[in-house]
Amino acid sequence: MSITFKGGIHPPQNKVFTKDKPILALPAPEEIIIPLSQHIGAPSKPIVEKGDRVTMGQRLSESEGFVSVPVHSSVSGKVKDIKPWPHFSGESVLSVIIENDGKDTPCREMPAHEDWENLSPDQIRGISREAGLAGMGGAAFPTVVKLSPPPTKQIDTVILNGAECEPYLTADHRLMLEYPDEIIEGLRMIMKTLGVEKSFIGIEKNKPDAIKVFKNKTEKFDNISVIGIKVKYPQGAEKQLIDAITGRKVPAGGLPFDVGCLVQNVGTAKALYDAVVRGKPLYERVVTVTGKTLNNPQNLMVRIGTPVRHLIDACDGTKDPIGKIIMGGPMMGIALYADEVPIVKGTSGILVFSVTEADLPREKPCISCARCVDVCPMKLLPNRIATLIENERFQETEEYGIFDCMECGSCTYVCPTKRRLLHYIKWGKDEIIKRRNKEK
Amino acid sequence: MKLTIIGAVLLLGILGFLFGVILAFIARKFAVSLDERVAKVLEHLPGINCGACGYPGCSGYAKAVVAGAAPVNGCAPGGKPSAQNIGKIMGQEVSDTKDMVAVAKCSGGANNAKTKYVYKGLFDCRAAYILANGPTDCAYGCIGLGTCVEDCPFGALELSDNCIPITDYDKCTGCGICVRNCPKGVMHLLPRDQLIYIACNSPEKGGVVRKICSTGCICCKICEKECPKDAIEIRDFLAYIDYEKCIQCGICIEKCPTKCILDRGTGIPLPEPARVTRKRLKELKAAQE
Repeated sequence: MSITFKGGIHPPQNKVFTKDKPILALPAPEEIIIPLSQHIGAPSKPIVEKGDRVTMGQRLSESEGFVSVPVHSSVSGKVKDIKPWPHFSGESVLSVIIENDGKDTPCREMPAHEDWENLSPDQIRGISREAGLAGMGGAAFPTVVKLSPPPTKQIDTVILNGAECEPYLTADHRLMLEYPDEIIEGLRMIMKTLGVEKSFIGIEKNKPDAIKVFKNKTEKFDNISVIGIKVKYPQGAEKQLIDAITGRKVPAGGLPFDVGCLVQNVGTAKALYDAVVRGKPLYERVVTVTGKTLNNPQNLMVRIGTPVRHLIDACDGTKDPIGKIIMGGPMMGIALYADEVPIVKGTSGILVFSVTEADLPREKPCISCARCVDVCPMKLLPNRIATLIENERFQETEEYGIFDCMECGSCTYVCPTKRRLLHYIKWGKDEIIKRRNKEK
Repeated sequence: MKLTIIGAVLLLGILGFLFGVILAFIARKFAVSLDERVAKVLEHLPGINCGACGYPGCSGYAKAVVAGAAPVNGCAPGGKPSAQNIGKIMGQEVSDTKDMVAVAKCSGGANNAKTKYVYKGLFDCRAAYILANGPTDCAYGCIGLGTCVEDCPFGALELSDNCIPITDYDKCTGCGICVRNCPKGVMHLLPRDQLIYIACNSPEKGGVVRKICSTGCICCKICEKECPKDAIEIRDFLAYIDYEKCIQCGICIEKCPTKCILDRGTGIPLPEPARVTRKRLKELKAAQE
């Protein structure tokens, strides 16, 4: 029996373009833009000023509040300006713009701990905050928050997420093939921090080479098991992964903490290893730059703050005029409105579509086929919710669990009449929150 | 045979009589005393159930007025006469009700303002707004998908060729539904006797506005200086008119370098024939597809 959850879809994989291409280090561009808001939670506050000299890995901001982490410079050079700059969210966000001097002078702010086994859990948490770690799967949730569960919740299982269920993306795949030791050490650090004895590494079966590598490497640890899971979208979603591997169901409105689980991306585990053992803050990451129209799609090790334009140029440009650039995967990624948007901590891929590929078919009325109901991994009724919102009956959708929707887009993908179901749901959520705020 | 018919008639007759007695008894015993003022108030309401007062239809508002939960001048479409009549019924003094009309505080639209991206989603301003504040480059300008036009219960709004809502002032009752539904706060209520208004909603600095819109308020302060009655004030890089002081002389309209001050009498011509709303929306939808 294959290990999976109920529902989900099978979009074309399209991973062949970059699956076998090793990670290449992309030289840093002349100018780097570091947005002060790269993660879920409060934006951080700048601590450098215009004209300051900064080194590679120097902290540029301090975090305010619990759900917030600092950002770091990814090059050495001079702070050119601190001003609003186009951001993937669609609005301009305060960013630090650094002129690269090309020397990459390293910053020695963070100590390296070769013998990390002697560190206490609180020290590891401190390092993960100091290094600005945020979830590298896409949502960029601050890692330190995940590593500090409330004392009432007992965590007994850590799951490392190597599913990479989004089509096109191969960044995690290549990372698992090229840095397995770092990932496993990172996982052991997470386990030690939380005092957990049992852990799983979930990898989709379309990456047999990665499964093989990890099975060999984890043989000596009897508390880590590698699990090949069914190829299906959204298999890499937190709640679906927990369901597939442990059979536990996260309650509506709950968090993985509530069922004693913690899920981390493989990239985050590697970043944690780098931060603790090498004293290297999170200032670079692997990004898959892909698309049928690109001349030379690649997996690149990119400095955070590199403009998207630079990545597309590094892939020798496109065959056809660009119709759409998506940051992230094709299912949950965000379409960009400008190519000077910088890469952030949560960017796992840059997807380039030609004009014909980006064309959207016309929306037609619902035919009540209920395919969206079949595939919804959260077992909601997208058709019903969308119809209610279309008729502006926003409050009623709360009874249908609109806030349990994780916006995976499976419903919109399968809809035979191409209804923009997810757009309706996002609009409904926004409208309900707005009305709630008004009532306060 | 005969007996059967008589029996049936008798039985049904007795049953009918019994039910009649029961119903009469219940009607007396459980009678709900209706305040006759509700019906009277309802007589003086327009009866269009627009919902602008915040209650479910005219009857809902009438009940709320009689219960003392709603003000007597809460019906905007009914205006002054209905407020006075309801006030008489309720024995209350009616505070001054102002007759308002809605205008769009934006003149950017498709021709004058830049767009950030091509929008291909749902045909509703509020749905477009969740995607990075809508496809317009200006975070405060009109999106132009006509949510206000669709929602107006009086058919008083139409989209101009520039994709900006324009008001038919004869039909507009100042109910404020468009003001409530506009995600960008572009719609604005103006006293009916006020003709001049600022057709820009952006509190951004002049340089920022100039880059993205040719008819935005760039905060040059010329209107503030030229106004003979000191009725115009610049706050947060946007001009505001004090309607109490304004004498409608129109000097500011002439002096404004970006032409973002408009006279609603002559500022925007109404399209002819006036009822093009649905047609125009359909055209826009077709163009988008």
